Amino acid sequence: MIERSPFFDALTYAVMIIGLILVVIPFWVVIVAASQSLQEVSRVPISLLPSDQLWVNLSEAWARADLGPKMLNSFIVAIGVTIGKITLAAMSAFAIVFFSFKARMICFWLIFITLMLPLEVRIVPTYAIAANALLPFQVILDTFGISWLVQAVSGIQVSLNWNLLNSYTGLILPLVATATGTFLYRQFFMTIPDELAEASKMDGASAMEFFRDVLIPLSRTNMLALATIMFVGSWNQYLWPLLITTDRANFGTVVMQLKALIPAQNGTPDWNVTMAGALIIMLPPLLVVAFMQRWFVRGLISRDK
Amino acid sequence: MAQITIKGVKKNYAKTAVIHGVDVNIEAGEFVVILGPSGCGKSTLLRMIAGLEEISGGEIAIDGTVVNQLEPRERGCAMVFQNYALYPHMTVRQNIGYSLKVAKLPKAERDARVMKVAQSVSLEPFLDRRPGELSGGQRQRVAMARAMVREPKVFLFDEPFSNLDAKLRVAMRAEVRRLHRDLGVTSVFVTHDQTEAMTLADKLIIMNAGNVEQIGKPTEVYNNPASRFVADFIGSPAMNLFEGEFDAEGQFMHGTGGKMNVSQLNGVRVPGRKVVLGVRPEGVRRTGADTHGAIPAVVDYVEELGASRLIHADANGSRIVALDNDTAEIKSGTPVHLSLADSALHLFSLEDGRRISH
Repeated sequence: MIERSPFFDALTYAVMIIGLILVVIPFWVVIVAASQSLQEVSRVPISLLPSDQLWVNLSEAWARADLGPKMLNSFIVAIGVTIGKITLAAMSAFAIVFFSFKARMICFWLIFITLMLPLEVRIVPTYAIAANALLPFQVILDTFGISWLVQAVSGIQVSLNWNLLNSYTGLILPLVATATGTFLYRQFFMTIPDELAEASKMDGASAMEFFRDVLIPLSRTNMLALATIMFVGSWNQYLWPLLITTDRANFGTVVMQLKALIPAQNGTPDWNVTMAGALIIMLPPLLVVAFMQRWFVRGLISRDK
Repeated sequence: MAQITIKGVKKNYAKTAVIHGVDVNIEAGEFVVILGPSGCGKSTLLRMIAGLEEISGGEIAIDGTVVNQLEPRERGCAMVFQNYALYPHMTVRQNIGYSLKVAKLPKAERDARVMKVAQSVSLEPFLDRRPGELSGGQRQRVAMARAMVREPKVFLFDEPFSNLDAKLRVAMRAEVRRLHRDLGVTSVFVTHDQTEAMTLADKLIIMNAGNVEQIGKPTEVYNNPASRFVADFIGSPAMNLFEGEFDAEGQFMHGTGGKMNVSQLNGVRVPGRKVVLGVRPEGVRRTGADTHGAIPAVVDYVEELGASRLIHADANGSRIVALDNDTAEIKSGTPVHLSLADSALHLFSLEDGRRISH
């Protein structure tokens, strides 16, 4: 829609500027507070002009919350989850779109339904599985009396156990399944002409070769868009890491450490350090979005030829 | 070079039958064109040879080996698709060489073969471009090179030129003909364009609604159409077809009381027999009113073709088209007299549309 009148132009600019201010103000407050000294930040009303204590506060936050190793943890988890999600999404969408098996629509809808079951809803069963990832198999063996049979015959008691608590696997694996990603990939794969798959068949390529040599390169922008969302999403995970890691020193992530930076009830109200910490922690996803936004937009709205 | 034997091949989708049993023998090195209107099953037949569609009944053998259960790659066929189906992210070189890469040939041999094929279709200057940077004709040549590089036993073409403009189509036709002459590979070419079919084919297969109507040399099919469908489908402008029957004197009655003297159809003029009489426009001439057997007609309109013209006229309620080389102006509504050339008459049964030989 193209409207050309001075009034309308002014209005659109006004709306845009108001929106921008709403978005930017919280960031501004964080940056300002992170650069002030304890005295400045405790003053009421707070000054909205930055001061010169930024580096001091950043180092203080870095040291206090042990952000170095935690940063590494966060990167391992976020990158692991991102790669896992993309791999799983691409492969499940590949199966749904390019193979005609009887249950494929059922499979698709089963995956789709999980959109309605975010981690927060199924956190208790997920925790139970994380505590023993082989529990479902144990239940199956018990229900069908197989474990009883094995014990009766060989005297060995069947007790499967794979504990994921306090491990990177536990932090990553339960977050890897993604209906959004599968859906995005499905939509993309459906735009690929059948003839391309047939041509690769005639060229003698197997299904996996077609996937690797044709589909993956073609879905590059898609993949980057998905990676951006997934990276930010998993970086910001709070509840799951909090629940699954009791060994915070070794497996804590930076977002969990935010809690450690908030002043205690009767401690020094040094919000400047808290804000400096928040600044450090939000920097990686911010940079990822900044670098990826070109592909991000392209991958979500259109295909490049 | 390979022989293809198609025996009683059928295709069903769920419960709908789309091909009802096709028997064709394709000799080694032959260029066969399957021609038919859209939806007649010609592409499906081709895709069954390629291995892209399952065969519901009957069998297809290439070089004596039944291929029904073989994967496309094991059949030794290469295919050129209607929409080129080039890999958009690969360069021309990679596109052509992909099948060799999949076959795990050493890189040096791959490059040599890609180069050789690219030369034969004059694509060397474009080897490092992507398909998106090429014109339609160039893309089509890449698709053909991709098929050729595998040195297949059989070439399959699925309406490869339907996305090209008329001029390019003629050029590509010549190119395909030349390649077939040089390589001598058995080729099956599917099209709905009869000019393409007539000019390319050693053997023409006309299909309609899942059945083979006629198999033969292009001239054979043109001169002796085996059915009313073929008569109507082959030839442009289309053949004149009149539905009618013979009267007691052996005259052909059609339309609203029109009569034609067709004494040359001796032996088949059974009174009361319902038939379709066919004659190509070039078999219809303008004559004087006094000519024996002249058919009176009224000109409806005239279609100028440049060197000649087509006169569309109405003869007692039957539409008749005549090819005319005269240049004198004819207005619509002018009465004319037409005569049918003796040798050009075709007769078909009205019931089943099969040819009645005479």
